[in-house]
Amino acid sequence: MPKITAALRSVAGWLEARTGLAGAITPVATHAVPRRTASWWYVFGSATLTLFVLQIATGICLALVYVPSADQAYQSLQYLNDSAAFGAFLRAVHFWGSNAMVAVMTLHILQVFLFGAYKYPREMTWIAGVFMLLCTLGMAFTGQILRWDQDAYWGLGIGASIAARAPFVGDTLVHVMLGGPIIAGRTLSRFFALHVFVIPGMLIALTGLHVWLVLRLGVNEWPMPGRLVNRETYRARYEADVQRDGVPFVPVAVRKDMVAAGVVILLVLACAAIFGPNGPHGVPDPTITDAAPRPDFYFLSLFALMALLPPWTETAILLVGMPVAIMILFAVPLLSPTGEKSWRRRPVAVLSALLILLVVTTLAALGVMSPWSPVMDASTALATPVAYVQGRSPLELQGAIVVQSKQCRNCHSLGGEGGARGPALDGVATRLTRDQLIRQVLQGGGNMPAYGKNLTPAEVNALVAFLQTLRPANQPPARTPVAMRPPARAE
Amino acid sequence: MGASLSALAAVLAGIPIIGYLFGPVRGRAGQAWIKLGEVARFPEGQTRLATYENPFRVAWDGPTAKIACWVRRVGNEQFQVFAVNCAHLGCPVRWFQESRLFMCPCHGGVYYEDGSRASGPPPRGLFEYEYEVRNGQLWVRGGQLPTLAGPV
Repeated sequence: MPKITAALRSVAGWLEARTGLAGAITPVATHAVPRRTASWWYVFGSATLTLFVLQIATGICLALVYVPSADQAYQSLQYLNDSAAFGAFLRAVHFWGSNAMVAVMTLHILQVFLFGAYKYPREMTWIAGVFMLLCTLGMAFTGQILRWDQDAYWGLGIGASIAARAPFVGDTLVHVMLGGPIIAGRTLSRFFALHVFVIPGMLIALTGLHVWLVLRLGVNEWPMPGRLVNRETYRARYEADVQRDGVPFVPVAVRKDMVAAGVVILLVLACAAIFGPNGPHGVPDPTITDAAPRPDFYFLSLFALMALLPPWTETAILLVGMPVAIMILFAVPLLSPTGEKSWRRRPVAVLSALLILLVVTTLAALGVMSPWSPVMDASTALATPVAYVQGRSPLELQGAIVVQSKQCRNCHSLGGEGGARGPALDGVATRLTRDQLIRQVLQGGGNMPAYGKNLTPAEVNALVAFLQTLRPANQPPARTPVAMRPPARAE
Repeated sequence: MGASLSALAAVLAGIPIIGYLFGPVRGRAGQAWIKLGEVARFPEGQTRLATYENPFRVAWDGPTAKIACWVRRVGNEQFQVFAVNCAHLGCPVRWFQESRLFMCPCHGGVYYEDGSRASGPPPRGLFEYEYEVRNGQLWVRGGQLPTLAGPV
């Protein structure tokens, strides 16, 4: 045993004498960091990097089998899922790893923001970080295109439709993006090149810059209320603090980073083992028109926004609002480079972060439910509730058939089943009178199509007769409002 | 001298790279007449799905070489041919024969049978192909992804 150790030591000595790597790395690894930064709050950055390395490793593995050709990509994914040893598992790890990377990166950004770490002299670290965020989202979008299923095809359609809204250059953008006149083979090749060469290359370079800046400027100290950042004094004060009360990064602070790295990887492996890979969902054949495309979760909030914004604001929000929001994100350290770092003294910053989180998660939750989407198979898949047909007259039953067959329930629910685009029809008779029902059906309005040309008078008559039965027994039907009298004047 | 030679080399190398990346832009002029099939396949007063092969396909397009459109036969030789792509963000709209509406599964855009916007977020009606009837065959002019910047 001592012999082996001695032999290893002499090999290491031989290498070190020639490369000098250990001599160069050791002082970097053991540099002193502020004592309180050896904290669980400071692990998210290294955890994101760990996940990025996992993505590279699994991504290279997948690229060994995946065929980036529009006619065979789908089959190669099925081969990965069904035949390749560990193929399905590695696809799952890559998918869950990407989710985890976006999630942990978000935690990192929040921590850095709330701890004021972007302030002087670390402005460039933040700016490089925002570029890394954009690259990661770019990886997420291009990655879901490589899945080359129906979601990928129509996701490209959505991307192209957004690009097309740019004034003057819209058409050019669409063609550069698609690599041709339409979504097809050349499009997939472009996105493959982006996903495996262009964006990862940028991300690796940016990661190098980001880590270099962290080493050069030091880990952000634990923010103390009342301890303001001042350009003249900050650096000397930081150095003095680290000299007086620092701990070496290796082996002290790095312990928690290693625990966090292990935990995120184990979580990704567990998710991959339990939930498996995502898709591919359906051959990307655009003649299959019963596709209902949905984006992966990172873009669900954008998807929801596009349904909920007033239509006339959409182009402005996409082409002006989003770039401005990204510019503001870049400009955060330039807008507030000095002053308080502690979240306890930065109520506007804390509230802004909470507000953004709340908006994004609410929109994403709405994106999952997508109440604005018609239930496309309602007329064939949903039964009319029995209670609504019992004891009804033949005319009313005819109306129930109209509700069913004319796709009313694509947008209106009955007995809790059906679309949520329009109001539920249970109890509609307590809200609308016969005349109002007829008007609404014939003329539409309030985001409902007009059915005047699509229903015969007999069908309208039956439909309205049925709708008038839809009210709880203990509630009166709607009545034509009587004109309000002016209130009696107080004497 | 050295710097200007390098700059010249960079420009000469850069021109073909930029030209290559933007190559697809020139393809815009490309629209072709495509045969959709016999007129008799489309009953009068009805709307049917028709499919064709992208005229600008490459050998490795696979299933994405296929394109679908909705054909509405209004009268004898009078047609309306709609792109399946919703005018809002390009999702595939579906035809509902009973209510005579097109509905989009993504954000709930709805169109009447003549393609005009009925409700929801679309900023316009469905994209419509130019068509011709030649010797009992229905032809349309297409080959581009319809968007607000470049309708079919």
